[in-house]
Formats: sequence, structure tokens, C-alpha cells
Amino acid sequence: MNISDLTMVSARGLLDRGEVSSVELTRAFLDRIGAVEERVRAYITVDRDAALAQAAAADRRIAEGNAGPLTGIPISLKDVLCTEGMQTTAGSRILEGFVPPYDATVTARLKEAGAVILGKAAMDEFAMGSSSETCAFGAPRNPWDLERICGGSSGGSAAAVAACECLASIGSDTGGSIRQPASHCGIVGLKPTYGRVSRFGLLAYASSLDQLGPMTRDVADCALLLSVMSGHDPRDSTSVDEPVPDYGAALGRGVKGMRIGLPAEYFSAGLDPEVEEIVRRAAARLEEAGAELVEVSLPHTDYAVAAYYIIAPAEASSNLSRYDGVRFGFRAADPADLLELYLESRSQGFGAEVKRRIMIGTYALSAGYYDAYYLKGLKVRTLVARDFTNAFEKCDILLSPVAPTPAWKIGEKISDPLSMYLSDILTIPANLAGVPGISVPAGLTAAGLPVGVQLQAPHFREQDLIACARAVEETAGMAGRLPELD
Amino acid sequence: MKISADEVRKVAGLARLRFSEEEIPQLAAELDRILTYVDKLSELDTDGVEPTTHAVPRVNAFREDEVTESLPREKALANAPADNGASFVVPRVI
Repeated sequence: MNISDLTMVSARGLLDRGEVSSVELTRAFLDRIGAVEERVRAYITVDRDAALAQAAAADRRIAEGNAGPLTGIPISLKDVLCTEGMQTTAGSRILEGFVPPYDATVTARLKEAGAVILGKAAMDEFAMGSSSETCAFGAPRNPWDLERICGGSSGGSAAAVAACECLASIGSDTGGSIRQPASHCGIVGLKPTYGRVSRFGLLAYASSLDQLGPMTRDVADCALLLSVMSGHDPRDSTSVDEPVPDYGAALGRGVKGMRIGLPAEYFSAGLDPEVEEIVRRAAARLEEAGAELVEVSLPHTDYAVAAYYIIAPAEASSNLSRYDGVRFGFRAADPADLLELYLESRSQGFGAEVKRRIMIGTYALSAGYYDAYYLKGLKVRTLVARDFTNAFEKCDILLSPVAPTPAWKIGEKISDPLSMYLSDILTIPANLAGVPGISVPAGLTAAGLPVGVQLQAPHFREQDLIACARAVEETAGMAGRLPELD
Repeated sequence: MKISADEVRKVAGLARLRFSEEEIPQLAAELDRILTYVDKLSELDTDGVEPTTHAVPRVNAFREDEVTESLPREKALANAPADNGASFVVPRVI
């Protein structure tokens, strides 16, 4: 067995036929982590003993004939999902050593389906970043080029999948944090419709934008994981009580007759020519496969980043007020009084980018600025969402780049927050509008860096994303391509 | 400048954050650049546009008002920086 050839679907077959045990499979991934982790740094926490115990339990379940869809499959979770009994930090010093007393709903669903959890993946602190460099426990590297960022904020998850340190991972996406690292690391990453997947037990960044989703080796694995994660949860009042379709059934549907829209604004100035070429080639191949290409316009795209950088920090400033040094997390030593305890615990515990966003959000919500900033941002959000409604009258899917450039060098943008923010211009609109989006590998640049294609669909049309992404995968020749780390 | 050093100090106080005097000018400059960028929203006429707080249409989510199990006290206190077995402990307030 060569773990670099495996997907979740193929591993399922091996496990069910008894050709490999979950303990063997888990040990192979733990060995791989041991071999490459020093270079990739994809994980904050790896729990070898817990993983092997889960694998042994999975083997018993398989022997009893009670295997669930993921029984015995080794995966990782972005360190933003609560895992009972396993440290959960959100990449922040303020939560170092925090061991959640309960599982997130998604964690519980994955465990129930039998997944083996190897550990928790590195991420930008509180998911605030596009390169994973704000992680307080060290930045993960891009397995395709260790000098480059793996993207963010779910960068550790993407790097772990690409470096074969797990079969799949779960990421969270508030402004592109699943899709962008998936693109930079040459894997598949899907942000579901807002409300499709429960957020209970997800450490909140911006609650009206956050959504959890699968990060996988291929589109079939993505469909499998999405089916397990999706569905209504009474503990998340924003989760939607809509039936979960059989996403796997969409895999063979093809794109014949599908109307694929190319949004003009997503191909505008600033787009790297190699990225543009790879994305346009993917579109042309879908046309050859029977899709119809149409030109569409999302005229407010250029305002999405500005609206996002009011709305997301405003929600963050409220959400992160819970980190006060009282009930959990870091507390500064010897505070003179309660106010000092708050001030020092938060100022010592949070990193620079998190503080910056709390400051922007607090400012935008403060007396005298609320209407000019926050209310204005919410109104522009309406305009951005309307763009999608209008575009989806002319097409079924939007096809575009995920990010304007391939992965950049570590350190290149970290001292320039605004240029980092602007790199998310093509992924942020989907979060504002709540629509689902997927990144699927479409090619490599001359320098050997992966480039993904982004597909977006109307609310609750993830099955269309799966069908179209599968067609991209079949024609792009990227399936199974992994970086040569050795 | 959209935001002065004094305003940065005031907002920091509201956010329960503390910055050193050396950090304030740089932070003010960074926030100023971001707020100046964000100001491009004023180019758009949003008169009569309803604000969106929730992207997917929803009505209220109701549930039965039933008593269910809650987090046991020892689990709730397990991550506390300081506790007395019954409560979280903080410096004396009064």
C-alpha cells in the first residue's frame, strides 16, 4: 500500500475488503507525519495514541460489519473545531492548552461516521489571514515549494492533505479560507452554502460568514465528506433544515447543457497571466464536454473586500470579547484588578492581526461611526448578493480563478495587511452572498505551483458544484498529482 | 488622517486592548490605510437598499422549550485559569 495513491473512497474499499486494517493505515499516516512534518509544519497537535485507539475501535467496527462511511479513515481537523479531550487553539496563544469539554457537531458527525482523527491542523490565528503566517505556533509551508505560503487561513489543512499527512481535512471559510489554500496546495476545497453545515463548536470569527467544509484529494472524496458533514443541527439556529441530497450521485452527471458563466470582473487587471491561462483552458475544456459558456457580470465585486473588512471585523470584535482571561484560555499573571486582568490577558494573548481586526471592528461599531461604516457595509453586502442573483439568471455555475496569483513567498505580504486583504477579492463575495464555492486543481504554473479553478453556484446547489468540479478534474489531468517532497 | 492616535487609544479601551505608546503611531497608520480603503464604499449610492445581516433567507428558528442536560460544573470549570470548585475566581471587584 502506497498512501500517496489513496483517496478516502479507495481506502474505504481496502478497509472493507480487509486488505488493510485501520491501524495499519493510521500508522502509515503517522509515519508520514513523522517523516515530513518538520519541513511542512501542517499540524499544531498530533495525538498518536488517541488516533491508534480510534483505529483499533474502527477495525472492530469493520469486523462486526457496522462500518460507517468514514470508519477507519485517518483525517485531520483545522484547529478551530472543538474536539473533546484534544487541545483546540484556533492558532492563538490565548487558547494554548484549552481542552474543549465537548465536540463540535461536525467533529461528532465525523466520529460517528468512524473517522480517525490524527490531529489538529495549523491555521491563521482565529482564521484571520490568507497565508497561515499569523499562526502563533509556527507557519505551515506549501508542500509544492517550502519557501512559499500554503494559503490561509486553513493552510495547515491544505498542506497536510497535499503532503499526504492525512487523507482529508476539514477547513473553515469566512472569506476564502478553504478555497484559497486548496488552490495554492493543489487539492479540492468546498465552502458550502451558509447554513448547510452546523457551526456549533466552531470557534467563531465572523458568524454571518463562517462555514465549515471538506478539503480533500479529489472531488469524489469531497462529495463523501460533504454528505457526512451536512444537515440541520438544533444547536446552530442558522443551520438550515433542508434535505441533504446524495452528493455522490452528482459525480457522474457531467456538464452537458450546463450554462457556465465567466464573470468579467474576476478576469480583470491584476490577474496573473499564467493563472488566467489555466482557468480559461479549464473553461474551454468544459465547453468541449458540452457546457455552454456565457459572459456574465458581477458589477459590485470591487466593493466586496471593503464591505467584508467592515462586517467581518465588526462581528469578530464582538465574538472575541469572550476571551477575557476569566473562564478559559490565557490569563495574565498577577493582575491588580479586574480591568487589568482583561487588558493584559487580551493584549498578551492575541497576536497583531487579531488585535488589528478587533480594533477595526470596534471602531466601525462605535458611536458616531456605526451608520457610516457598519450599516453602509451591510447595504453593500445586499448589492453584492444581488449581483449573484442576477448572474444566476443567465447561468448555472460561475467559473473563475480562486486567487489572482499563485502562492507567494513566505514573508512577502505579512507586513502589508491591506495587500494581504486584497488577495482575497475573488473569494470574499461568495461569503457575503452565502453561496457555495469550490476550488478544484486545474493546472501547474511553469514554476510548478498549483492553480485552482473556482466554481460558484446558487444557494444549496452543491451538487452542481460537484458535477462540474468532477468534469474539471477529469479534463485537467491534475487528479492524483502530489508534490514531490522526498 | 481618518483616525488619530487619541482615537486609537479610545477604541483600544473599548476593545479592552492595551498598546504601548511606541505601538500607537504604527497602528494608527495601519488602521488609517484600511479605513481609507474601506471608504470606497461611499462611492456607491445605497439609498433605499436594505441591509443584509443574513445571506440565506430565514424566518425565526423555534424549538420546544424543554429542559435538557447542560454542561456539568466540573467540566465548565476545567479550563478556568482560577476557580474555587464552584465558581470562576477573579480579582476582588468591590
